[in-house]
Amino acid sequence: MSTQTFNVNGQAVNVDAPDDMALLWVLRDKLGITGPKYGCGINVCKACTCHVNGKAVTACSTRVVDVKGLNVTTIEGLATGTKLHPVQQAWLDHDVAQCGFCQPGQIMAAVDLLRRTRNPTDEDIDAIQNVCRCGTYGRIRQAIKAAAAMMP
Amino acid sequence: MNELPDAPPLVNRRTLLTYAVSAPVLTVAAGFAANLATPGTAHALPLPLTPPDSVDYYDVGDSIVQTSLPTMPLVSLTVGTDGRVKLDLPRLESGTGIATAVGMMVAEEMDVALSSVDVTAADARPELVFNQITGGSSGIRCFAAAMPLMAAAARARLINAAAQQWGLSPSTLWVVAGVVFAPDGRNAAYGELTALAATLPLPVNVTPKPASQYKVIGKRATRLDALDIVTGRKKYTMDQAVPNAKPTMLRMPTQIRGTVVRVNNLGTVKAMPGVIDVVVVPTGGSIVPNPPGVAVMAETFGQAWTAANALDVTWGDGPLKGQSNDTIQATLKAAILPLAVPPLGALTVEGEFQFAAATHAPLEVECAIADVRADSAEIWAGLQTPIVCQQSIAADLGLPQNKVKVHVVPSGGSFGRRLFWDPVQVAAQVSRLTGRPCKLMYHRANDVRHTRLRPPQYHKVRATLLLGQVISFEQRIAAVRLDARHGFGEMFSAAAGSAPASVQQSVGNLAYEEVFFKTMVASPYNFGVGTKVLTPVPLDMNTVSYRSVHIQPARSVEEIIVDEIAKKLNKDPVAFRLEYLRLERARAVLRAVAAAANWGKAMPAGFAQGCAVHQESRSFTACIVEIDCRVPTDARVTKATIAIDVGSPINPSGIEAQMQGALAESISLVLTAGLHIKDGLPLEGSYSQYHFARMKHYPKDVQVIIMPANGGAIGGLGEVGLSASSGAIANAYARATGTRPRSFPLNFPIDFTPFPPGALPDPVVVPIAA
Repeated sequence: MSTQTFNVNGQAVNVDAPDDMALLWVLRDKLGITGPKYGCGINVCKACTCHVNGKAVTACSTRVVDVKGLNVTTIEGLATGTKLHPVQQAWLDHDVAQCGFCQPGQIMAAVDLLRRTRNPTDEDIDAIQNVCRCGTYGRIRQAIKAAAAMMP
Repeated sequence: MNELPDAPPLVNRRTLLTYAVSAPVLTVAAGFAANLATPGTAHALPLPLTPPDSVDYYDVGDSIVQTSLPTMPLVSLTVGTDGRVKLDLPRLESGTGIATAVGMMVAEEMDVALSSVDVTAADARPELVFNQITGGSSGIRCFAAAMPLMAAAARARLINAAAQQWGLSPSTLWVVAGVVFAPDGRNAAYGELTALAATLPLPVNVTPKPASQYKVIGKRATRLDALDIVTGRKKYTMDQAVPNAKPTMLRMPTQIRGTVVRVNNLGTVKAMPGVIDVVVVPTGGSIVPNPPGVAVMAETFGQAWTAANALDVTWGDGPLKGQSNDTIQATLKAAILPLAVPPLGALTVEGEFQFAAATHAPLEVECAIADVRADSAEIWAGLQTPIVCQQSIAADLGLPQNKVKVHVVPSGGSFGRRLFWDPVQVAAQVSRLTGRPCKLMYHRANDVRHTRLRPPQYHKVRATLLLGQVISFEQRIAAVRLDARHGFGEMFSAAAGSAPASVQQSVGNLAYEEVFFKTMVASPYNFGVGTKVLTPVPLDMNTVSYRSVHIQPARSVEEIIVDEIAKKLNKDPVAFRLEYLRLERARAVLRAVAAAANWGKAMPAGFAQGCAVHQESRSFTACIVEIDCRVPTDARVTKATIAIDVGSPINPSGIEAQMQGALAESISLVLTAGLHIKDGLPLEGSYSQYHFARMKHYPKDVQVIIMPANGGAIGGLGEVGLSASSGAIANAYARATGTRPRSFPLNFPIDFTPFPPGALPDPVVVPIAA
């Protein structure tokens, strides 16, 4: 067991965990940050998508030791105070969610896409792998395009 | 907070507003027969005239509405001193939007903003009897029949409180946004009136608003939980902060319902980092047996998973040993009952169809929290039948029913899966064996392989034509027996279905299965002598209803054959359907999509349109899709036009969402999503192997046309969307490829390396990019 030191949503944390423990379990089971969801554990469903130094990763497949000293952002840290991120706002405007379970990961994937690609094409959006079993894909596509127009 | 109606009449009334106990429900019950949709067969019909289908008169949703109504007054609707209205809903919100839609009914009748309404999930409440089952697309139908009266009565009572306080007649007062106003300018918010209101007698002769005055119902509303979802605050079962509940994962057998013979390295695994305990969970339990496995409890799920993988277990065979998709389909085919009308050469259209098993695969895996003590237990889970779960767990633990508290947690999808409570049974056993609260979560691989499946099916169909008319349509279905031992959500019907408990296919279960089939599966067409007969085959597989149950396969097959009949008669598929549909509402939705989709337009080679129409749970839908089959093994739906008539729309956004979701599900079930069972176990073990649609598979052009309110009885929504979209996709595929779709899913290779039976995959490590 080692002490893992990194930042989560702007807060420095020190947590005892083995180096090879997945970031997802450190966040959920040790820090009580439950926005990132478990859906597969093997980098397939992407429900646990978070950002490390602003880039999307799947927390289930990221070793905690690999984020040492880095900035981890979960869905809980995306808004600025009470001001929603434009992608969150677009998700509300388009009433995207059904069960909502995959949506934290979808939103974090969409933010990552918009950071990489200011005006994503349909092909860019098609590359998103996050599974939505309720089938909200059409609304996700619309919300990403709307958010692109709202991004600062 | 002041409680409005939440107790039978004899309970202490000090703080209760008991307005709704009898009058509204008697009114509803008396008017109930009038709410049943009546078949409209008066239009000019082709010969022969088909008698209306019994499902037109009475369907499974009617039975749930009817049995729910008597206990509706016990549903808790409260107004807090902060003015917030709270409905404690005895249904599972699993994404379908029921909480928002029922909240809209409350907001409408109480004249409050929707944002002032909280809809929570009721704990298991056995006094509700049949009024706490989520299924059969019956939720909105149940609450549309009761909630307007209950909410209108609550509003009347709050007005009466203001009237008494001010010495005015209630008839002179009005409400705007939760504030009661008098002509002299005095006003009082609901929050100020609720304490007095709770002491007043029941209002009588309350009448809900006419639809013409609706301000909330019929307008697009965002889900009540949308903000919690996009901020990560929504708490699912595994997000509940239950003190000391410890992460637990399972190793499960090499075959479905296989056995645990022995654990060969128990001590070693117990000593692994973070591990708290390892226990064998045998099968057993009342009503339904839980799947067996070896449970590892640890400080984190990561450590539980690692330790579960390190277990060396000797497994025993399950009842499906040696069974594969081929052997199961052969068994089903052999069980098909013979068709009654003999083949008449060129005058028949025939087909035999097979459907592989499918898995519900909600994003939230099977999970539950159980805290079992010597004299009590507490449960948290997403449950469609919480009352029978409570009764079953109480029986398993030898506790009185009222010592088992069951909290229903909104779930991350369900699709029928959470009609059973298997993970609760396992979590309760683990908690009892370890003496600690257990937070059980299946690994996805177990969730796919050891969950309850949509039963594999085999269909045989023959339509007979005479003088250019369809004179008979016979459909024979053999399916692996569907477990329906949840009954109607409480112990009496569940016990009837599960006696004796050791028998998978009891007489009672068979009865429920046939009842569900007979009250759900119908034909929308005038096809003369029409029969659909189900033969359940008692293979010992874990099964449960899947969204639309038998309807999606049965009706998709019929829609495929309808296209083939039209082709044989050299008729256009839409025109042929319009000629044979029994009900005007079915014709209307088909005409709507045909116009909007530009039906019949020229398509390039490899592309095609396909159409289908469907009625279910008093709702009507039609769908036209366009498909790109230039690479048939990678067929893509490129456009969909869907019309939906639910009689009286509540939330257009929610209605669209259900139809869009059903489209994604149909794309998956028809084209790619199925299970390969081999030697008693599905080969698939994750979303990389079970091919549910992703973003790139969902068409970029989807239009949902919501038919305007037409005064019809409100219809169900959660399941109706599957069959027309499935039929349309299959028909488009047939037209684009020149083939006859017969085996589903259509593209079904084993394009992956299966995880070894009985094992979980190892975690994947992706390095952080520089």
